[in-house]
Amino acid sequence: MKEVNYNELKKGGFMRQVQKGYFSMRLRVVGGRLSAEQLKKIYEVANKYGRGYIHLTARQGVEIPFIKLEDIEAVKKELSEAGIEPGACGPRVRTITACQGSSICPNGIIDTTELANECDKRYYAQELPHKFKIGITGCGNNCLKAEENDLGIKGAVKPEWEKSNCTFCGLCQAVCPTKAIQIDEKNKEITIDRDKCTYCGRCVKSCPTNSWKGKPGYLLYFGGMFGNNIALGKQILPILFSKEDVHKVIQATLEFYKKYGKQGERFRNTIERVGWDIFKKELEKAIENERGDLDE
Amino acid sequence: MSDIKADVFLDITNLVCPMTFVKAKATMEDMEVGQIIEIRMNESEPIQNVPRSLKEEGHEILKVINNNDGTYTVFVKKGGQE
Ligand code: SF4
Ligand code: SF4
Ligand code: SF4
Repeated sequence: MKEVNYNELKKGGFMRQVQKGYFSMRLRVVGGRLSAEQLKKIYEVANKYGRGYIHLTARQGVEIPFIKLEDIEAVKKELSEAGIEPGACGPRVRTITACQGSSICPNGIIDTTELANECDKRYYAQELPHKFKIGITGCGNNCLKAEENDLGIKGAVKPEWEKSNCTFCGLCQAVCPTKAIQIDEKNKEITIDRDKCTYCGRCVKSCPTNSWKGKPGYLLYFGGMFGNNIALGKQILPILFSKEDVHKVIQATLEFYKKYGKQGERFRNTIERVGWDIFKKELEKAIENERGDLDE
Repeated sequence: MSDIKADVFLDITNLVCPMTFVKAKATMEDMEVGQIIEIRMNESEPIQNVPRSLKEEGHEILKVINNNDGTYTVFVKKGGQE
């Protein structure tokens, strides 16, 4: 029998099981979306080569356990005919996770599916010092837990009030979760405490007269990890309004990790070791090149 | 209290999502366009979502009153063709 390169297998989404000779196959899922046709193929493969079940991972992954070593090539071929590729394990950019976002969810502020597909195309499986997780969540409800990722993205809105149509109904003050809005009905004024505002956009979505306008944007979180050591990602940049800026920042983040990260060191630890200020400067440089300044 | 006079009163403080919205929507379906409903609902989840969903259905939110007891009273005018 020919020698098995376990590293190559793992890179290709096959993880060795406790049971000798068996592998659990991880599939490439982007933003938690699979077509019904793909599901049908997964069902067939799990029945034919596995044990008739699949495992759903904590990060929107699908794994088919109990694939025999000798079936791996056949399984790969069958799946690829249905447009399903193996997923990535090991030290590289992992499955891009996403919630349903604005194309489905009424709370959604950004199109998470579209952004997840773009990220998948640009960054998926890039080699890095350690695993690297990117997660995208459509709004402050944070269903996808942006801060748990090495790089998390959250849809956000910066609200601006326009007096003209406001009926002073009181709804925005009632829905604001951080009590950032104060309505002064007597003097027909509304004030917003910018330090309290978390950019959740509830005031904008709720206002019956569209008196709150808001530019949709992106909040980014860096250095989250949820394994043996736990740390929440930190928001070190102001809200970004352009998707191209988001990509520039992601690119700069990956380059920083490649440049400074030691083999086997999680991204959070790289930032801590090298310095948040140095990391932040590199990110700012990446977006300042074109604009010269940052929106606050 | 408020100077708005409601035609219908509804209390949804004993319901949970999504029944809060479903009950409000169903009640409003029996109303005439232009009539006003006064809905009492709990703070947090219902106040975040029910008025907004009614707005998306084409109704008009007139007034929101914080009852300072964990509930809000919301006045909504039924939308549609007059
Ligand atoms: S994070 Fe927001 S947009 Fe995404 S599913 Fe949750 S509520 Fe909807
Ligand atoms: S929700 Fe809109 S209309 Fe009502 S008080 Fe706030 S800004 Fe004015
Ligand atoms: S965006 Fe959210 S936190 Fe900011 S003022 Fe509006 S409701 Fe409050």
